[in-house]
Amino acid sequence: MKGRTVPDPMIAMPRPAITAYPLLPGRVHEVSGPGAVAFVLRAARQAGADLLWVREDWQADMLHPLGFAGFDPARLVMAMTGDQKDTLAVAEEALRDGAVAMVALEITAPLSLTAGRRLQLAARAGGTTGLCLIPEGMGSNAAETRWHCAPVFDPGDSTLQCWRLIKNKSGTLGSWHVRWDAETGRVAVVPPAGDRPGAEDMPD
Amino acid sequence: MSLWFPRLATDRVLRTCLTDRPFVLTLKDSNANRIHCLNAAAGRQGLYRGMSFSDARAFCPDLISRPARPDLDAQFLTALRRWALRWCPWVARDGADGLVLDITGSAHLFGGEEAMLAAMGQRLARAGLSVRPGLGDTRGAAWARAHYGADAALADLPVEALRLDAETAAGLKRMGLRRIGDLSGTPRAPLARRFGPGLLLRLDQALGHQPEQISPETEPPHYGIRMTLPEPIGLESDVMAAADRLLTRLCDKLCAQEAGARVLCLTLRRVDSNAQQVELRLARPMRDPARILPLFQRGIAQVEAGFGIDQVRLAAVQVAPLPAEQISSARSRDPGRLDDLITRIGTRIGLENVQRFLPADSHIPERSFIIAAAACSEPDSTWISPNPRPVRIFPPEPIAATGNRPPERFRWRRMALTTGRATGPERIAPEWWLDDPNWRSGLRDYWRVETLQGRRLWLFHTPQEPGWFVQGEFA
Repeated sequence: MKGRTVPDPMIAMPRPAITAYPLLPGRVHEVSGPGAVAFVLRAARQAGADLLWVREDWQADMLHPLGFAGFDPARLVMAMTGDQKDTLAVAEEALRDGAVAMVALEITAPLSLTAGRRLQLAARAGGTTGLCLIPEGMGSNAAETRWHCAPVFDPGDSTLQCWRLIKNKSGTLGSWHVRWDAETGRVAVVPPAGDRPGAEDMPD
Repeated sequence: MSLWFPRLATDRVLRTCLTDRPFVLTLKDSNANRIHCLNAAAGRQGLYRGMSFSDARAFCPDLISRPARPDLDAQFLTALRRWALRWCPWVARDGADGLVLDITGSAHLFGGEEAMLAAMGQRLARAGLSVRPGLGDTRGAAWARAHYGADAALADLPVEALRLDAETAAGLKRMGLRRIGDLSGTPRAPLARRFGPGLLLRLDQALGHQPEQISPETEPPHYGIRMTLPEPIGLESDVMAAADRLLTRLCDKLCAQEAGARVLCLTLRRVDSNAQQVELRLARPMRDPARILPLFQRGIAQVEAGFGIDQVRLAAVQVAPLPAEQISSARSRDPGRLDDLITRIGTRIGLENVQRFLPADSHIPERSFIIAAAACSEPDSTWISPNPRPVRIFPPEPIAATGNRPPERFRWRRMALTTGRATGPERIAPEWWLDDPNWRSGLRDYWRVETLQGRRLWLFHTPQEPGWFVQGEFA
């Protein structure tokens, strides 16, 4: 642990950039894990994009616009569909149209390769970024990247998350601890808690 | 010329069901059924307007009655007004059961006033309407003759013929002024002092000393265009081309009226007289044919053409005002594209299912925002949140815990969680002016609990009915 002798770990270590982030536009990406919603909102905030959120209307939980942390709820349009077929159709329509720069869709059943490929082609035609929120293990092979996001406890900060890139068609995989600055809308990569100075004082 | 239809309401109903028996229409007025209108046979039995319906039934046991529909009567009178345009261009409705026509300069086209009156009476009789026409040099005189005797001289008519209210007429009669002739011979100043200027105005209008105009009503614009084809068509591209032509003409009409279509309906009639409809609900009022036409694509593709379509009709079912806008260079992005996308999504899942969040003035988490249909709301960025709020909320899920501090360890959704840091409490009281069953448990103390396992949850404690619940999750 060489960093422990240096006061600021940010300067001492070369800051690891996230390989596939910001997300490649014109492609469809997948996100899973408990931090997926935050990942989508952060990506949309950082891209400065209008967001269309497609989800099925029977779900009991809903987004709370006051908790968007930096993303303006006025830029969000929700589309409530009856089933996954409608979700995919609406998402494909919006991806192909290109009127909104980012489309998020919530998937409740495993996505076939055909469906994933259709979304991918639509995203390329419209130059739009697609983000699929998937339950664990329900992704499609056509996705450009797949992320797993989970919040991490941090005694000094409430925005720390662990982003794991678990599939990447055009690059390497990786895992990063990131913090979020709601004011500037930026994601800052920090070293994992164990490598930070004073880590041994922390409760395990 | 004034036309008075004394039995307009009953005549309208009796056009569809002829009967010689006494017939009345009843209207509920201050909790009693009263006679609104009656036919001639009922009048001969001694019934009159305003009589209570139970009395009328006692007088005349074989009475037929129907409830009155004043709205349909008004529609019928509007239709009669349109019909009356064949006699002269200056036609207006006069009260609930009359028309007034300015036939100056058009009577000779029908062979003079007498011939015109005869033709008019003949046509109305054929339609089953009883009418009392009145001719006069002024509007007031025509009205007086229609209501109080067609052939009498104006001076011989009673004072009520001046369109006076009942109180003034009764006052005049008490003074011995029963006829219009009596009134015109009386000094004007005492009359004006006693009855106000309205009486003299009516008198002058009837005698022609004061002008009174007939203001013809304008026709409400009709947004429907139809095209009949010599040969049936079946190809999708042909139907789109037909829709394009109709749309261009419809949009010109909308543009002239500064209106935009909200709901459009395209009716395709097939050769076997089977009609199919394509309805298009737009996210914004629009009148740009180039933008509307592609939105029809999906609906038209689903139409079954059968042996071919030989008539196409396009109507704007719902129209909203769309004033011309100043062209501005300040607007950075084109909102029209998003509206088109919302329309296109709306044709599949329903326009009310495309929504957006709007701020609301409430501390209750579920009511601090409104979900509104995106088609009928504008985006609003005035969001104020003094305290951090979760990004996702769900119906409260109970957890096993006691005490008024967040539990050290708890289980939620089959996960064992340990509290790492708890921030709070934030007390939120229920809104007593709204009875919300979810808030019957009273006050809530909200805590933001960051667990060592990572999840950051929004817990609340209800001190009045002790219990702990999880309601949301932070990013």
